[in-house]
Amino acid sequence: MKRKFKIFRYNPEKDKRPYYKEYEIEIGEGWTVLDAINHIHWYVDGTLAFRRACRSEICGSCAMRINGKNRLACKTQIKTLGKGTIKIEPLPGLPIIKDMVVDLDPFFRNLEKVKPYFIKYSPLPEKEQLQTPQEREIINEAAMCILCGACTTSCPSFWANPDYLGPAALLKAYRFIFDSRDEGGKERLEIINDRNGLWRCHAIFNCTEACPKNINITYYIKKLQNLAVNNQF
Amino acid sequence: MEIEKYYHKSDALVVGTGLAGLRAALALADAGIDTITISKVYPTRSHSVAAQGGIAAAIAHASDDSTELHMWDTVKGSDFLGDQDAIEMFVNEAIKTVYEMEHMGVVFSRMPDGRIAQRRFGGHSRPRAVYAADYTGHVLLHTLFEQCIKKRVRFFNEFFVLKLVLREDGVVSGVIAWDIRNGGLHIFNAKATLFATGGFGRAFKITSNSFTNTGDGLALVLREGLPIEDLEFVQFHPTGLYRLGILVTEGARGEGGYLINGKGERFMKRYAPEKMELAPRDVVARAEQTEINEGRGIDGKDYIYLDLRHLGAEKIKERLPQIRELAMNFLGVDPIKEPIPIQPTAHYQMGGIPTTKKGEVLGDGKTEVIPGFYAAGEAACVSIHGANRLGTNSQQEAITMGRISGMAMAEFVKKASLFPIPKEAIEQAEEHVRRYLEGKGSVRPFELREKLHETMTNKVGIFRNEKDLSEAVKEIRELEAEIPNIHVEDKGLKFNLDLQEALETENLLIFSEVIAAGALNRKESRGAHYRTDYPKRDDENWLKHTLAWKTPEGVRFDYKPVVITKFQPQERKY
Repeated sequence: MKRKFKIFRYNPEKDKRPYYKEYEIEIGEGWTVLDAINHIHWYVDGTLAFRRACRSEICGSCAMRINGKNRLACKTQIKTLGKGTIKIEPLPGLPIIKDMVVDLDPFFRNLEKVKPYFIKYSPLPEKEQLQTPQEREIINEAAMCILCGACTTSCPSFWANPDYLGPAALLKAYRFIFDSRDEGGKERLEIINDRNGLWRCHAIFNCTEACPKNINITYYIKKLQNLAVNNQF
Repeated sequence: MEIEKYYHKSDALVVGTGLAGLRAALALADAGIDTITISKVYPTRSHSVAAQGGIAAAIAHASDDSTELHMWDTVKGSDFLGDQDAIEMFVNEAIKTVYEMEHMGVVFSRMPDGRIAQRRFGGHSRPRAVYAADYTGHVLLHTLFEQCIKKRVRFFNEFFVLKLVLREDGVVSGVIAWDIRNGGLHIFNAKATLFATGGFGRAFKITSNSFTNTGDGLALVLREGLPIEDLEFVQFHPTGLYRLGILVTEGARGEGGYLINGKGERFMKRYAPEKMELAPRDVVARAEQTEINEGRGIDGKDYIYLDLRHLGAEKIKERLPQIRELAMNFLGVDPIKEPIPIQPTAHYQMGGIPTTKKGEVLGDGKTEVIPGFYAAGEAACVSIHGANRLGTNSQQEAITMGRISGMAMAEFVKKASLFPIPKEAIEQAEEHVRRYLEGKGSVRPFELREKLHETMTNKVGIFRNEKDLSEAVKEIRELEAEIPNIHVEDKGLKFNLDLQEALETENLLIFSEVIAAGALNRKESRGAHYRTDYPKRDDENWLKHTLAWKTPEGVRFDYKPVVITKFQPQERKY
């Protein structure tokens, strides 16, 4: 079956402005969008640039905008995209390096602001710190984040204000603040309890909808807002 | 074309940011050593992230267990080719690694009393795999990344190493890398360099490996005239999603999954009556391939079933959620309701850059340590896995050897001086890139890669023989001869994926000859290396490690003895 792809192209070394280029290729049974753009890169147009690595929904490299939604190319089955031309663009809200490749440094810088690492002041036990399955369950979903950036770059608050920490960084904060073993909750909460943090979330659920791991990010941001209001630390 | 040059200095340099590289970087940072990491990708994209099932340690939570048993299982799993001094150190350090990772916040799955849970895995005689559902590698890698952020490790992400700088005096003083994002040569000068560059799965058509697993470290080492150890031992994982090769964790069988052939039989009873589906991977992969070759695949085709239905919806959702999602999305199969079509998939390299137990690279493969050069993880060969690795020993090795190598490097750099990078090395690296950016070839990188895939999969696969392997060596050498003729369509500097693929294809071709020639050379069957024309293990002639060098005439071999301490080789039955 032949399918048409309309792909965002921009090479700052030679293009004055971005443009879209159409490719029509024969696609195979069970192909994902990543299979299609690999095929285009290999057989049709070697100048096409994009990121990809694991092709199994876990490394987060190939997040891009497909038919107007942020998704992982490796996870998106072509047959789920209807019959028309498939439009492929870079994630919005980040500087474009080339074609679908965006500069993720601002995304990772925001992550670094929330102290995205386990903090413990008390002496550690010789063996493991105990954590019941129920305590673990509270952070299980949040710990599944693959840092692909689909959520943060789907958020209008982030588009309007790149200083907004964004859903991915807030989710990481949740993952540690609600970890029964962690002792950095208070200092993290002070960082995110800010107009460029928790309070820029207006619960429009774009992030939750965009998340390829089906993490209910908005719910966890609400949990953090509740915690900040009740100031339980 | 103007190619800018940038110079960086650090005490330590870590190439690769998977589990081994990040753990080494953390050990260095903990010791107060100024450390730079270089990676082709952002650290969390490294392929360790895709590891699923668990990390082995005899912490004896789910049953009795001991480090001696872990050692014995690993030695037997290795088909007695693993070095027992290294394995003994490894099984002891493994326990420390688990608690240390927990102390960094890893969300391991738990038992009701709050202790770390463990599950069964192939070839391990006790439930020894510490896990986080079926995304263990993901949580381990993210945790190490987080800790490296905390310790302010300097990351150079999206850099492709063009050259290992091995000076004429035999000292390694850094690497020269290409800035993928912006273009330009970066000269990284360091007192000590670690290669944690991962595996070579992309030499094969069906593989569980990421697009990034192109064995770059192996090729960089071979180019400098250094040897590689035991590269003929290629692990084929028994359960890759049909046609795609995407990994389905052995944990699925650890939780009780069955393997079923086209006649509806649990065929493993004929191959490993005691361990059944939980025999080591070499045994299970061969059994599957035999069923397929003898016409007992599903509908006579080239796949069989992994059946999880009897585990029930709850267990599948709790313990194997990622597997379910992958099977549903890629094959349209819900494992709660239907069996999963699977086939063996190229997964792991047992061999690699020969090192000491401290990760020091051996210039002659035997005793001669190269000052300033270390290797760890899948890229290295200590040798803990010998001829066949047990599941969950690789993530464990990556972290444990990452830590040990990082600590050894820290000690080394405290006393070492910084040796400059010769300008010839920089010129060579520049010339290498210019050849692609300014040259006019006629063969596309992917054409060569597809031909290599056919050769490796058809002739250097699970079952091997003299005729196929001889042809494979010849074909790979012919493909290698095409390297100067590679055509890169994109001539730009910025994020030139085409250039990167050309460089990677070149690397694949360089080391693949060593795999095929090593397999041709080893006239016995041991672990993952099976010769239909030499079906028996031959301890008299082949209880030894292969060391292989590239020469213009072909691969040159030497050997070194296996370190045997506690366990004498015996018949291997499961």
